[in-house]
Amino acid sequence: MDICITATSDNLDGMMDERFGRCKYFIFVDPVTMKYRAVPNTSINESSGAGIASATTVLKNSPSAIITGLIGGNAMEVLKAANARVYTCQNRTVREAVGMYNDGKLESIEAPNNKK
Amino acid sequence: MTQIAIASGKGGTGKSTVACNMALALANLGGKVTIADCDVEEPNIHLFLKGGETGREDVTVPVPVIDKKRCQYCGKCSDFCKFHAISVFPGNALIFPGLCHSCGGCRLVCPENAITEVPRNVGVIVRARPVDGINLITGILDEGEHSSVPVITAVKNTLAEEDISIIDCAPGTSCNMVSAVRGCDYCILVTEPTPFGLHDLALAVETLKKINVRCGVVINKSACSDRIIEEYCSAGRIRVLGKIPYDDRIARTYSEGKAIVTEIPDLVAVFSSIYDKTKKEVCTQ
Repeated sequence: MDICITATSDNLDGMMDERFGRCKYFIFVDPVTMKYRAVPNTSINESSGAGIASATTVLKNSPSAIITGLIGGNAMEVLKAANARVYTCQNRTVREAVGMYNDGKLESIEAPNNKK
Repeated sequence: MTQIAIASGKGGTGKSTVACNMALALANLGGKVTIADCDVEEPNIHLFLKGGETGREDVTVPVPVIDKKRCQYCGKCSDFCKFHAISVFPGNALIFPGLCHSCGGCRLVCPENAITEVPRNVGVIVRARPVDGINLITGILDEGEHSSVPVITAVKNTLAEEDISIIDCAPGTSCNMVSAVRGCDYCILVTEPTPFGLHDLALAVETLKKINVRCGVVINKSACSDRIIEEYCSAGRIRVLGKIPYDDRIARTYSEGKAIVTEIPDLVAVFSSIYDKTKKEVCTQ
């Protein structure tokens, strides 16, 4: 089953995007075969509600886990309502993040973490 | 019914001062007037015309609720909502009422009739009669709300068969100012004779042209630099309705929460004259 990673470009060797709601791409990848597809985030320029819209987009693809950097309260509320598993990771390529997920090295989060 | 809006462009030029004192000058002559404080993010008329509360009512906006027995989680409502106030995903649907703009579109697009609307409080209207002859209607937006317009509209809807209504607007030329001014018979733009005052006055004048509300100008803190405003007004054929002098006594009276016309008798004529000229302008429509 695919997992979803927020990404700055449309391939596995680009860096992760640390923002959830306003990331450039969602990459849905099979962590075993590494087969993937990149979905551009259409809510990147929204004046508000970007986190909710992004969470809705991600959930339509029913990923088994979501890996991002920083996530806000509204987006987290949506993901929790869907019982989605959310992991945090920063400053890695998408491929590295998938590797860390496979090795069980990622920290899972239950609450929004974008407060400075 | 005559509705006179008081707006400014720049903040702090004296909108509420003009609204209050013009109303008092009128009431002192035996007139009846309603002041609508439509600067709902920070209403302040009640600081100068105190007390006399006669009632208050909640302002609500309709927001959707989803009947989960009917909902098939098709996501049409979520796709429709431009403000992302609804999230629908397999097996669940969530509403974020704080983001909803109450357009009702979600209810219309739902093929299962699973969406109904319930009222949500966004503010309050306070009615008062602080002095004989003046009704004060104050709109107060709840903290954290994103849109003032429902409260402004609710305040304006209370204005019924009064002789004269004076509508104190928010500064700027945003939705708040536009929704308060729209539909009024006339707008008094209060400015100060500074480059900043002139710049924002011009923005306000352009805004009023677009919504077809005629206007005149009051120069507050009037001193030797009035020329920059007067030249602008004369070029645009905008009537200067009056000038309020730059006067220490006004600042002192204001800081004590008192009205100019009750504290400084020699300035009463300034405000009654502004009203007389405005009335003439309204009548020459």
